[in-house]
Amino acid sequence: MDGLVRRFGEFTAVDGIGFSVEPGELFGFLGPNGAGKTTTISILCTLLNPTAGTARVAGYDVVRQRDRVRASIGLVFQEITLDDYLTAAENLRFHAVMYGVPAAELPGRMEPLLDMVGLRERADQQVRFFSGGMKRRLEIARGLLHTPRVLFLDEPTIGLDPQTRTHIWDYVDELRGREQTTMFLTTHYMDEAERCDRIAIIDRGRIVAIDTPDALKASVGADTVTLATNDDARAAEELRSAFSVEVEHRKGALELRVPDGEAFVPRIFDVLTVGVTSINVRRPSLDDVFLKYTGRDIRDAEAGASEQFASNAMIRAWRRG
Amino acid sequence: MAAPTVPAPAPGPPSAEALHAAAVARNVRTVQMVWRRELIRLQRMPSRIISGLAQPLLFLLVMGAGLGSLIGDQGAGGVDYQVFLFPGILAMSVITSSLFGAVGIVWDREFGFLREMLVAPVSRTSLVLGKALGGGMVSVVQGVVLIVLAPLVGVDLTVGRVLALLGAMLLLAFALTSFGIVLASRMQRMESFQMVMALVLQPMIFLSGAVFPLENLPGWLAVLTRLNPATYGVDLCRRAVLPEATRLTIGDWVVPVWFDALVVLGMGSLFLAVAVRVFSRTE
Repeated sequence: MDGLVRRFGEFTAVDGIGFSVEPGELFGFLGPNGAGKTTTISILCTLLNPTAGTARVAGYDVVRQRDRVRASIGLVFQEITLDDYLTAAENLRFHAVMYGVPAAELPGRMEPLLDMVGLRERADQQVRFFSGGMKRRLEIARGLLHTPRVLFLDEPTIGLDPQTRTHIWDYVDELRGREQTTMFLTTHYMDEAERCDRIAIIDRGRIVAIDTPDALKASVGADTVTLATNDDARAAEELRSAFSVEVEHRKGALELRVPDGEAFVPRIFDVLTVGVTSINVRRPSLDDVFLKYTGRDIRDAEAGASEQFASNAMIRAWRRG
Repeated sequence: MAAPTVPAPAPGPPSAEALHAAAVARNVRTVQMVWRRELIRLQRMPSRIISGLAQPLLFLLVMGAGLGSLIGDQGAGGVDYQVFLFPGILAMSVITSSLFGAVGIVWDREFGFLREMLVAPVSRTSLVLGKALGGGMVSVVQGVVLIVLAPLVGVDLTVGRVLALLGAMLLLAFALTSFGIVLASRMQRMESFQMVMALVLQPMIFLSGAVFPLENLPGWLAVLTRLNPATYGVDLCRRAVLPEATRLTIGDWVVPVWFDALVVLGMGSLFLAVAVRVFSRTE
């Protein structure tokens, strides 16, 4: 059972996407509207068949071993998929039955999950009386109920208040530590993307970049080091001659761009003969990364209904083609 | 109490048989759960029962009395018209609520719950079977409320007759719910379902012998009614409570009860199979 590698191998479904995700990894999927995020997830969840290529989830082929895949994954969709006329507990129980959670284990699993999402008091209330945020929290609890090995989260915290988001993320981290659950996330919150072990940026059905958030940011270019000294003119002179870098005077401080800012800072102190009053290293943000690879600002890509439509249109287009 | 000292089974991949057994158990429980969901939903929406009663009551009491007085002592199918109408209206109620029950799938699609079911590691057959049984059960529950009216319109009921009637209604409900699932699974939106209701439901009821006897009809009408599977369901219900009523014939052949049951069951199984297939393809 150990040594299990989750491989989402080569598939041409969207446009020749191929990558693999390690067990226990938190993998993020970023992309503008209609880029193919939801489509890719639908294929991985066996809701859509790939036109060409193969994909394996939790070691199972998404086409030939569909039920095995389904039993191993949890899903939290963008849209609500609860039964309004059932209570929260009934929705969870229904899910547990379909995923073969033993009835004896159910209360022990349900209660901590309901606690996590703050719905314990509401367990026996019908879902139609819930607010949008409560419904989403219940969906997340449901997605985790059968302790899936891979959890797909398609914009999971959209429309949630910051407190609930933090809550959910704490639990997600805990779960990852304890159960080695692999998480596959699409999001447009940069702070959530930052939490990922690795991020894939997808655009027009292709993966344009895939790496750790830090490496992606490094790929954008240099870090910005800002420093204030007792004698800026002299410091600038010393830095120029020592590192042959360009030093700009900006807003009463010195600014220079270097590839690895954090490693560069100690070297500054070896060179400078003047006192440094403050120093700051700013790395490129994921916004910069996104802009570089897609040519668009992440704000344009904010998920909305349009992504769903766009990817549905794409699906239809393949089927016709 | 000493703890049992059975050693924990060695961790390892479960055997193929164990996985298979687990899958079977999961599917069986899923059928029950989908079934129960239908009943829970009915319980949470009692208005469905009341609105489901309005039409049959109008037919039975108002049309039954009105047309009954027109027809007079001559009666219909060998009995008083209102008595004749009673099992027909029961069947009509079952047919209507079964088809409407299947609307649920279109709703599920709109509100996403269908997706939750479709991504679960359970077979399409379990989901469809649960839905057909649950939906059928719901429409029988609605029909049972009408049985209470029997004495009011002069139908004598015995325990045996009620049981036979329940059996007939269950069979009919199962068949029509399966049919409804097939229709619903092809439909993307609520509006198209309304259209099918008008194009399918009403002709089906009017051509079934629910509201008029099927003897001495013009040739074309006689053919259409015998081609309508609902006719046999209606006949089944009528035989259950009115053994004295005139029997359904095809040409000179008097249709036996087992034939009625066979047609309804066959229709149900056929549509169930089609529903499973169609469902597997909607992904």
